[in-house]
Amino acid sequence: MTTLDKPAPLALPAEPAGPADRPVRRELGVANVLSHGFLLFWGALTVLPLLWMFISSFKSNAEILADPWALPGALRFDNWARAWSGAHIGQYFLNSLVVVAGSVTLTMLMGATAAYVFARYEFRGKQVVYYLFVGGLMFPVFLALVPLFFVVRNAGLFGTWTGLILVYAAYSLPFTVFFLTAFFRTLPTAVAEAALVDGCGHFRLFFQVMLPMARPGLISVAIFNFLSHWNQFLLPQVLMQGDESKWVLAQGLAALSVNQGYAGDYAQLFAGLTIAVVPVLLVYILFQRQVQSGLTAGQLK
Amino acid sequence: MRHGKYPLIVTFLVPPVLLYVIFVVSPYLQAFQISTTDWLGYSPDANSVGLANFKTLWNDDYVWNALKNNAILLALVPVLTILLGLFFAAMLNMGGRKGRAGVSGVRGSSFYRTVYFFPQVLSVVIIALLWKEVYHPNKGLLTSALNSVGLAAPTWLGDPRTAFWCVLAVMIWSNVGFYVVLFGAAMSAIPKEIYEAVMLDGASRLATLWKVTIPLLWDTVQVAWVYLAIFALDGFILVQLMTNGGPNFSTDVIGVRMYDTAFGSETKFGYASAIGVVMFFLTLTVAVLALRASKRDRIEYS
Repeated sequence: MTTLDKPAPLALPAEPAGPADRPVRRELGVANVLSHGFLLFWGALTVLPLLWMFISSFKSNAEILADPWALPGALRFDNWARAWSGAHIGQYFLNSLVVVAGSVTLTMLMGATAAYVFARYEFRGKQVVYYLFVGGLMFPVFLALVPLFFVVRNAGLFGTWTGLILVYAAYSLPFTVFFLTAFFRTLPTAVAEAALVDGCGHFRLFFQVMLPMARPGLISVAIFNFLSHWNQFLLPQVLMQGDESKWVLAQGLAALSVNQGYAGDYAQLFAGLTIAVVPVLLVYILFQRQVQSGLTAGQLK
Repeated sequence: MRHGKYPLIVTFLVPPVLLYVIFVVSPYLQAFQISTTDWLGYSPDANSVGLANFKTLWNDDYVWNALKNNAILLALVPVLTILLGLFFAAMLNMGGRKGRAGVSGVRGSSFYRTVYFFPQVLSVVIIALLWKEVYHPNKGLLTSALNSVGLAAPTWLGDPRTAFWCVLAVMIWSNVGFYVVLFGAAMSAIPKEIYEAVMLDGASRLATLWKVTIPLLWDTVQVAWVYLAIFALDGFILVQLMTNGGPNFSTDVIGVRMYDTAFGSETKFGYASAIGVVMFFLTLTVAVLALRASKRDRIEYS
């Protein structure tokens, strides 16, 4: 009955043509070697530090000092154990998971509901409220930092995960609302009208019809928010001082790096960094299409 | 037909608006007010001092030094990142041999794209800490690589002459991959017929890139420009974790200056907020200028 013209902001480059039509001409051989050279060089530049970190996480401190380029003499998983429990990286990892799970859920819920209202309903003052949200895109967080510290403290949320979750969500709303409003507007109205005629309530319409239709957009924004919350450093640094047991991963790693300067336990730092990197990279490699489009979609709009 | 919509509007809109007003709007508004006081933090006394903070700022050499560094970042990071991003994206999307179908990517381009994107999914904290180790003067990758081929290595982050450039290099390293993917996506949206026409006219690949692809990509480049400019005005996490502004303030940026003023050894909240206000106007100006400077006619594919 309706053509679901699916919005396709997420188009990614198609796979290169297969080797079937192998050209005979070689006139561009030199250029190709050169271009592959550049591409390989940048690839190596990207991978090498990460590979080095991974390999060093198995080395002893003496080995790290002796020759940074050498391979480890043995796979010393005790470095990982030291980082996981000794430096509490495991604990911080779980803390981050809890905070980010809460903040992304809250952001998506609030962002989607607000965006839906902006996209689909008319009421007085709509433009003002919409631009209030979107205007937040222009402001640097630094400007708010000092008063935010006191707002959070006066609300009794200083040094709590609840505080972090609420603040992360609040600062993600401008982009989330902006993106999702545009997305909801692209969805066909006929479906919604048919549902209303059939006696579907406004709430049910949203949860059972509109949300499922908006799935691609929701996934993009959710990935975007997940990564930006997971990588947050400035806000926890200011709002989560003190109680170390509640720190998030970024804080724990920064502290580990500082301590390493005194204790000289380099292997522990590399192991800690590796523990933080590996899951993220694995998730990225598994879902790379979604991640790449989720992160670039925001800018292509 | 739309009766009964108000319960939904109210339930859906009030919680986000409340959250946003409490944690975002009110702090921003307060910041402007605090910037005109001499508030020193943990005591409630704050006297209004008018624009005195801004006068002090004007004569604060540390602030000017940090601003100078941000200005260099602003001049170099966007240009270099965009050039590298365009270069690699063009290689990946059209560097392949010309087949009959027009322009194609090099072999393995999806593999390169995956790898280049790595830094984008890592947290900036990890990038900063990792590169701090790479630059380490004894056990770092770079020093021992140079030593092994018989070259003397500088102390990288330890030397005021090199530290700033080391940080700048990491900024570019961490951003290029994202723009390769972004520009690549935009390039693949360009209709193939355009390239076929250009090929028939006998244009070289370089001319095609310069005269066809890049003009068609201009919207995306403009967006990249604005984002990178805003990024260059920040740089807080990288600098704080890699050098904390040192040695001898050679890598200081305005964000670190503000953070130290507010939450460092002293808590000059009034003065820090004044720096924040300056940052706000700088960001706004740079965004507007970047948008206007790169303004061109929009091209839409029919």
